[in-house]
Amino acid sequence: MQEHSAQVAHVHAPPEGFLRKFVFSLDHKVIGKQYYGLGLVAVFLGMVLSWLMRFHLVWPAARVPGLELFSKVGAPGGVITPEYYLSLMTMHGTLMVFFVLTNAPFAGFGNYFLPIQIGTEDMAFPRFNMMSFWITFVAFLILITSFFIPDGPPISGWTAYAPLSAVGNDAGPGLGWGQSLWDISIAVFCIGQLLGSLNFIATTLDLRAKGMTLMRMPMSTWAWFITACIGLMAFAVLLPACLLLILDKIAGTSFFIPSGLVVGDKLQPHAGGSPLLWQHMFWFFGHPEVYIAILPAMGIVSHVLITNMRKPMLSAKVIIYSMMSIGFLSWLVWGHHMFVSGMNPFSSLLFSFPTLTITIPATIITLIWVGSLYGANIQINSASLFALGFVSMFVSGGISGFFLAQPSIDIYLHATYFVVGHFHMVMGVAAIFAIFSGTYFWFPKMTGRMMNETLGKLHFWFSLVGTYCIFMPFHYLGLVGNVRRYSSFVDDFMAPLMPVHKFITIAAFITGAGQFIFLFNLIYSRFKGKQAPENPWNATSLEWSIPSPPPWDNFGGKHPVVYHDPYQYGVKGSKGDYVMQDSPEAIAEE
Amino acid sequence: MGKLFGVVLAIIAVLSAYPIVTHMYAQPVDISTHGHAIDEQLSDTMAEAGVSFLGAQLLLAFFVWKYSNRKNGAKVTQLPGGAKLMVAAAFILVGTEVLALGVLGQKAWADVYFTPAKPTAMQIQAQAGQFAFYFRYPGPDGKFGALHPDKIDEGNGNYFGLDPANDVEARDDIVSGELAIPVNQEVQLLMHSKDVSHSFYVRELRIQQDFVPGLDLAIHFTATQTGRYEIVCTQLCGLGHYNMKAYLNVLSQEDFDKWLKQKASEQ
Repeated sequence: MQEHSAQVAHVHAPPEGFLRKFVFSLDHKVIGKQYYGLGLVAVFLGMVLSWLMRFHLVWPAARVPGLELFSKVGAPGGVITPEYYLSLMTMHGTLMVFFVLTNAPFAGFGNYFLPIQIGTEDMAFPRFNMMSFWITFVAFLILITSFFIPDGPPISGWTAYAPLSAVGNDAGPGLGWGQSLWDISIAVFCIGQLLGSLNFIATTLDLRAKGMTLMRMPMSTWAWFITACIGLMAFAVLLPACLLLILDKIAGTSFFIPSGLVVGDKLQPHAGGSPLLWQHMFWFFGHPEVYIAILPAMGIVSHVLITNMRKPMLSAKVIIYSMMSIGFLSWLVWGHHMFVSGMNPFSSLLFSFPTLTITIPATIITLIWVGSLYGANIQINSASLFALGFVSMFVSGGISGFFLAQPSIDIYLHATYFVVGHFHMVMGVAAIFAIFSGTYFWFPKMTGRMMNETLGKLHFWFSLVGTYCIFMPFHYLGLVGNVRRYSSFVDDFMAPLMPVHKFITIAAFITGAGQFIFLFNLIYSRFKGKQAPENPWNATSLEWSIPSPPPWDNFGGKHPVVYHDPYQYGVKGSKGDYVMQDSPEAIAEE
Repeated sequence: MGKLFGVVLAIIAVLSAYPIVTHMYAQPVDISTHGHAIDEQLSDTMAEAGVSFLGAQLLLAFFVWKYSNRKNGAKVTQLPGGAKLMVAAAFILVGTEVLALGVLGQKAWADVYFTPAKPTAMQIQAQAGQFAFYFRYPGPDGKFGALHPDKIDEGNGNYFGLDPANDVEARDDIVSGELAIPVNQEVQLLMHSKDVSHSFYVRELRIQQDFVPGLDLAIHFTATQTGRYEIVCTQLCGLGHYNMKAYLNVLSQEDFDKWLKQKASEQ
């Protein structure tokens, strides 16, 4: 890779004019912030939707003042209807999975920091990069439009199982245009992600600075790289799946619809399709998607933890190899979402084994994090608190996966709140903790200002205690057999569980309110925060060797040369207990 | 603040485990012949998961408590054994757990899915449609009439699309909105979906199986206790999903015969 570092010409000219600087920017840093901003909008929107859902679950007849202005049909008089609950649920899942968990940790932070961490000026294809963000933005607009059409958003969940999602309005409200908008939005989203993934891979392989061998890349860069490889295959399957679903709906094809279905009193004019085909295609994307969310999170957390431990991890290499094996195994496990779907019961056993096996690399990574804390000098700040919170959350959510990986237990727990608790903890909350951790850690670099630590810590305690109060009880509900995706629990065995649901709802309101501390801190610190030095955390990787915020071409026209592995902590360097990657000084062995 | 983190996390871990250890929330009584294997598997997994959960959280809490914000100049050290120890621990602890659970769990799964129903099993057809279950008994001839989706007419009670005028086998079919079965008698449920995907979930029976449109599946089970139990749909099927329910009525053989006779006279 060294020969590439000899090129002196800029990849693109310095941006001029408002549009080029802030809107249609080619600069990976601006694009990264745009992705992050989109994720931020989506996460607060998704959170408000979850508030409405939790409110409806425990007070189904109560009024949400003003909601009728937003949706006359979905909330007549401000009271959420059962079908609107399903719309909210579908949109919550879609926003969170696609526009938050995929956007922020991977596309957001990845765009901003991957080129800097490998010592280059920009992504390999800056125009593609700009396109991928704007395509994603269009996908977001298309999705949001469904709130404003008469029928409202689809009610088929973020998994959009056919034939419910494929036969149109006959199957219920929101399944006509609402569902079509969803299909189109996700198909468009896939295109953006495919372009982004290609860009990440090409950049990592081709544009590393002199001396930046693959094994000298920081763990965060490794995680983004592996994620891009996964994304390239996952979204390449979801895209055609969405196209086929659109064709079934609007062109009368029958990819996912068999013959003889009577929906809404109408015999459907379809024949020969298979609902299981949709499930296979969806989960072939859907399971790797979990790792698309969590691998960048692991990378970010590793990067933050190691900096704040002031010593090397037990082994960064082992973490990287484990992330690779998780990436590989993620292709072999999608069927564990389908144990009771009616697929051949023998395949369930085959899917169960790699699912259980994937816990081994995940455990190795966790043990290395925890074991590395031994003998460390942990610097407690908002970033490291959220990183430690991530480890705790990842353990809690990961362990419940043990249950669901076994087909026999899944017979009982499938489609209960146990599953909801599991994926919210391991994929949702854990990844969001990593986003917070990354934000507190990199904000000084991205804006040139420090975030307020007191508010950051307050935000952490709200989030840690709050999310445990919300999501741990989900597991208990699941053990009793409380079914998910129900808009109310009336006159059935689930009714006695209402006190637990009330507790969860109240916890969700408080925890959600706590997130506004973060939003305030973000906006306040952007303008009024303390000036950030170049390297506030005494970190070693290349992003800390340039000014905060970095100039448009990152390294000011110079080409960094890398001399060391990324995490030289706990050594005697000229600046203290660390030596930076681009520092030519020799590292004294102690 | 590292000390606070350690203490709070330890409290969270213990409080999280408390309802599990005290069985505050547990599955309802099992009324099936195969369910005990699933329950055993669940409680074995719970024991192993509980130890892993508490072990990992408390260790994390302890390390953060002990090693955070130490005095300037505190010398950092590495865990004796290093990464090799961690990798070995993961392989040995989790690997054994994975193998043990995987192998043991196969048996519980096989009880449900790999053992065919006995020839003496009573055949009942279950049909799921937005938003109700219907059950069909073959009647004295022991044969189900053919289904004609175009003849479905819910207004006239023809939920399955039977054609008794032209189909002899359909004439004695008995259709019911509740699933009545005799106790201690194996039942084979033939699952058919009228419109979209649904699922058949009875907690007490430890049975959950999707209805897949276009794919007729069969499950079998034996109920060992009389009583009424809820059947709920667990596959999102549209706006009335939350209200899609039926009852499983497990009766003594005598009561079941009476029930069936009564139902037959109502057809």
